[in-house]
Amino acid sequence: MDAYLPYILCLVLFCIGIYAVISKRNIIKIIIGVIIAEYAVNLFLILVAYRAGGRSPIFSSTQEILPEAMVDPLPHALVLTSIVIGLATTAFLIALAVRLYGKYGTFDISRMRELRG
Amino acid sequence: MIELYVLLGLMIAGSLIAIEVKNLLSAVIAVGVVGLGLSIVFLLLKAPDVALTQIVVEIVAVILLIRATLNRDIAMKYCGRRPFGAIMGILFTGFVFVIALITFKDGLNLFGAPLMTVSQFYPQNAIEGTGAMNVVSAIILDYRAYDTLGEATVLFTAVVGVLTVMRSPGKKKEEDLQDSK
Repeated sequence: MDAYLPYILCLVLFCIGIYAVISKRNIIKIIIGVIIAEYAVNLFLILVAYRAGGRSPIFSSTQEILPEAMVDPLPHALVLTSIVIGLATTAFLIALAVRLYGKYGTFDISRMRELRG
Repeated sequence: MIELYVLLGLMIAGSLIAIEVKNLLSAVIAVGVVGLGLSIVFLLLKAPDVALTQIVVEIVAVILLIRATLNRDIAMKYCGRRPFGAIMGILFTGFVFVIALITFKDGLNLFGAPLMTVSQFYPQNAIEGTGAMNVVSAIILDYRAYDTLGEATVLFTAVVGVLTVMRSPGKKKEEDLQDSK
């Protein structure tokens, strides 16, 4: 069970984000839930790539580093892309929230539904 | 790896505070705690490139969130509970948790023993193939450069989307009205 404990803690973080997205009514809280779930997914990929006692995937010109002693570099490269794309989607969500606040004067999604038409 | 568990616990506590606290500015600051803890976790897991990117992205995200919440409903108005939504949220979240646990048992490699089936190609051939000492930069700038191009495209599309949404409406209509008069 101990070998799975970091994965389970990461899953708890993801579930907190999902819970915020489903049950919160404030738009900023929903955006925070999306951000937390995205962090958890990035963290999960990096956890999968970790090798016990491994080195970071950088060679050195002064000492010999075996490729077998490195952590998995492929998820690192993909997560780098994923983090930046996550920032782009977060910025778009925040822009939508600011526009909705300008239109309705509140961040509460249930009150926005009452005000409609 | 006790420090990894301590940091993960800090991140879980920070995210619980972020989604339950009533003051929006405090919630945004708690998200900042989660993101900076995440970057330290990346450092512990031997991913320095990802940790640097995470610090920059986290600071920008917190600045954007503060910009969105500043002077707007800082203290959330209390407007009644929604017990049905909370119960459904807890049920669905528990469902996701159980399904993910079952899936962990089936196919996931143990923590600290990566699969390295495809990706062992990259550390073995990075220096001969690209000349880069950093394998991660060899992957994102050479082997998978199209991914980086797609990332730049997504960033550009997001900037265009934000500009379209934030553009102040009505100016052009007034000009049109004056022209028609």
